[in-house]
Amino acid sequence: MKRIVVPHLGEGIEEATVAFWHVNPGDRVKEDDDIVELVTDKATFHVPAGMSGLVQEIRVPKGQDVKIGETLALIEEND
Amino acid sequence: MQTLSLDTSQRWAVRDYGEIPYGDAYALQKEHLAQVIRGGKETLLLCEHPPVLTLGRLSCEENILIPFRERLNRKIKVFSVDRGGDVTLHCPGQLVAYPILDLRKRSLDLRAYLRELEQVILDFLKGFDILSHRVDGRTGVWIRDRKVASIGIGVKKWVAFHGLAVNLDPDLELFRMIRPCGMDITMTSVAREIGKEVNCQKAKMSFEKLFRKRFFVGD
Repeated sequence: MKRIVVPHLGEGIEEATVAFWHVNPGDRVKEDDDIVELVTDKATFHVPAGMSGLVQEIRVPKGQDVKIGETLALIEEND
Repeated sequence: MQTLSLDTSQRWAVRDYGEIPYGDAYALQKEHLAQVIRGGKETLLLCEHPPVLTLGRLSCEENILIPFRERLNRKIKVFSVDRGGDVTLHCPGQLVAYPILDLRKRSLDLRAYLRELEQVILDFLKGFDILSHRVDGRTGVWIRDRKVASIGIGVKKWVAFHGLAVNLDPDLELFRMIRPCGMDITMTSVAREIGKEVNCQKAKMSFEKLFRKRFFVGD
């Protein structure tokens, strides 16, 4: 199981807000698919799956603040 | 659709689409975004939109003040899109710019890029002898306590899209339809500040020049 974490978004940015989920648990994703959008200031950042697999769990609901490095979702990687 | 390519350098292109419906411009942005992600030429899209409301992620629909029926009667569409910021109005008389830029090439992070866009607008307004400024924590460009330009971006694989709107000479009454950016603020325009009409075509060329200077050093 691989963790999708909040990426480094820039100097001085310690947290962001989960703005939009593109997937639900049980969805199959490909490496380049966006799975979630994070918002900080007036910017939306698209987070890709980074691997092909099955979305097992979404850890943070829309509207919640998250810190850099925090787990957003779990994906079971394809063999 | 008017399409004018103003620059054909190897590294980037400027495309002026004139007045174009928001939905069409959004589709064009997505096409250019996909190209730049694949390593294609970076592009500055310039345009104006017929009156339209757009909602950024996490917007509150309560910030649309115009009653639903009146909005339908006036054929004003609302788009929910993948940019930062709250509700924004676009209308003729704005300079709308959607730069599709690879931020990694410039070592820019999200905040640094927003500040760079503000700087282009500050320099642009200087050309009209307008002294404008930033407000801490409120992205955009201001003249005294009035807002003259709004910014909202999206970033995918560190390529930026969406962008900015500067009020050159729009009908400011239209902003009564919304609570801009979810705040009780007054909007202004270049025309209102200088007390005369603005040559939008000339203004676009001046903006493009300043944009190039800031983001394409050496071109």
